[in-house]
Parts: sequence; C-alpha cells; structure tokens
Amino acid sequence: MPLRGLLRLFACLALALPALAFAAERTPKPIIIIDKPGRCVEATETMRREHPDLLKHQRDLTVHEGIRTHKHSLKECVQCHANANTGSVLGEKGFCQSCHDYAGVKLDCFGCHASKPKLAGGAKP
Amino acid sequence: MSADANEALSRRGFLAISAATLGGVMLAPGIRLIEIAGARAPEQAASKQVRWGLLIDTNKCATGCDDCVKACATENGIKQSGHPRTDPQWIRKIELKDLRSGRTHSVPVMCQHCEHPPCVDVCPTGASFKRADGIVLVDRHTCIGCRYCIMACPYKARSIVFQDVTEQNPDVPRGKGCVEGCTLCVHRIDRDRQPACVEACAKAGHNAMIFGDLNDAQSEIAQRVAKYASTQIRADLKLNPGVRYQGL
Repeated sequence: MPLRGLLRLFACLALALPALAFAAERTPKPIIIIDKPGRCVEATETMRREHPDLLKHQRDLTVHEGIRTHKHSLKECVQCHANANTGSVLGEKGFCQSCHDYAGVKLDCFGCHASKPKLAGGAKP
Repeated sequence: MSADANEALSRRGFLAISAATLGGVMLAPGIRLIEIAGARAPEQAASKQVRWGLLIDTNKCATGCDDCVKACATENGIKQSGHPRTDPQWIRKIELKDLRSGRTHSVPVMCQHCEHPPCVDVCPTGASFKRADGIVLVDRHTCIGCRYCIMACPYKARSIVFQDVTEQNPDVPRGKGCVEGCTLCVHRIDRDRQPACVEACAKAGHNAMIFGDLNDAQSEIAQRVAKYASTQIRADLKLNPGVRYQGL
C-alpha cells in the first residue's frame, strides 16, 4: 500500500529529526573540564541546580558574621575549577563561563571576585 | 550585740560563698566568667564581646613614611589608575602642624570603625553595616553605589570605585560601582592575623600602630588605653570610634 509506505517514511523522518538537529550543532555545548573529579563538596546534580543558593547563603555568613569555612565558598570553587591552561574559571573553556554562556545566565560574580586562584608563591592564605 | 554579730557573720558567710563561687567558675578548666577573645574557629561567628580597635601613637609615626598606605594597597589590591582624585583611598597619611608651637604630627587616617557609624544610619539598602565585633563594612552584594555614606562619614573614610578592577586578591573582592573603605583587614582578623598596616608599621620598626581587642583587659591595646591619654578624632560627635590616637 503506497499510503502505508508514505506514513512509514514520515514516522522515520520524525524520529530522525532531533538527531539531525544535534548533528547541525547550532548551539555549542558547554566545555566542562574537571581536572580533579569526584572531589566536589556536593553531588553533581545538587551543584548544577543549587550552586547559586549555596553560594548566596555562604556569602551572607562570611560577609556579615565572619564565618570563613571552605565548603560552599566561591574562593574554593575557583581554587579547584580554574582551567589548567588559562588558570581561570572565565573564558571560552572556563568552567563557570562556558556553562553560563550556554544557559544564557549572566555571570556577575567576577566583576568583584577573583576569577583566578591565589598564586602559591604570592601572599599568604 | 548578738544581733550585730549574727549579721556580721551572715555577711561574712555570704561573701565567702560568693568568693568560692566566683573562684570555682574561674578555676574550672576551660570556663571563664567573661570569654576572652582568642583564636576563633572558622565556623564560629564574630563575637560581640570583642571590640576590635587600633591605637596609633603619633609620636612614633614617622613623617614621610607611608609604609602602612603601601601595605594596605598591596594587601587589598588597590592600584593607582593615574587619576589620584578619583582613586579609592582606604588609608591616608595626614601631616599636622601646630602653628603656635611648630610641633608637627604625621598620622594615618582610615575608617575609624565607630560604635555609632553615620554611614550605617544613612545607607538605604543596609549594605553599610557594623559587624558584631565592631568592624564597619560594606556588603558589596547589596551596595547600589548611591554614595550617601561617603557624604555622611565625618572622616572621609569611604571611596567609590570608578574603574573596573582586575586581579583582585581572592580574599578581598572589589569592583566598580561599589563604595568601599578600610575593613581593618577583616579577612586577616578572621584568621587571627594583624591588619596589613599594623604589620608593615612593625616591620619598619616604628611600632606606631597597635591592633587588638579594646574589651579584653589583658590586651596590650586595652592596657595602653587605660594607662595613657588617647583621643578619638572628632570625639565631639560622640560616635565612639574604635581607632584612637595617642599624643595628638
């Protein structure tokens, strides 16, 4: 039956469409390079969803109460996630920026905060 | 007579009991009547029993020496942009001269960390605040750069950042559009270290600045303040600054 054949063709095309769209790569995927895997303070899923809230909570404790624990501190994120080549979390392959660019979320932490970890030979911690 | 004797006894008994109680409390290991400021754990919040302060001896502060200013700039990442009128200034050296006697003073002036800070009173967003231990700070996350605090401060201690800031010290985030001032090197204090200016002054051999807890009677600063005459700048404003000057 020619009608059934036509339907089958349509069904095949419909199934193949998403794959074709990915192949075209209209949106570049974020480049996530993790040099030290498995050492994050929370599970990956938690971090992906909740890192802004965790950071905000920690920032208020640090600024207003002087609590300087390492867990959930932006400084520690940068310390671990800075790109091995550029030494920064910003830039095309930067851990923070590449994902924020992909998601289209403004990243304004680094207007004030250092995007590079403190140099080992520099000032004391 | 007997009634008097009884009363005396009871009073003596009461005193003895109180003394024993006090002694017991103080002698018990790890327990003190008043918690004395010591090293604070990172997870512990700043205590309101502490009042951080500075004592600056103007007789020891050397004319022409700006080691404290330089150390502050290095520690907090303050760079000169070539526009000195608009560059942020956390600490400055002021030369004073008494015209009658000809006596000169050279004094560093920075945020005086008032007990009743006018900058906190006027801040419309609550960004300007006083920490429990008396350090007056700006929360840059809530600062909108309105500069009311710059106007309100009688010590000209606050500046606004006009230019983009790069290569910050990870411990001292700074950026364009926020008001800032001396933090007493709060990131160092929280790690039980001295402010950069005090360290530099000691390193230069002047020892004109002493940092410590004004509430701790055992601290050098509290003992010096109790023993020698020291003044607060514009004491008439009754702001009770934590920074004091000796020999002014």
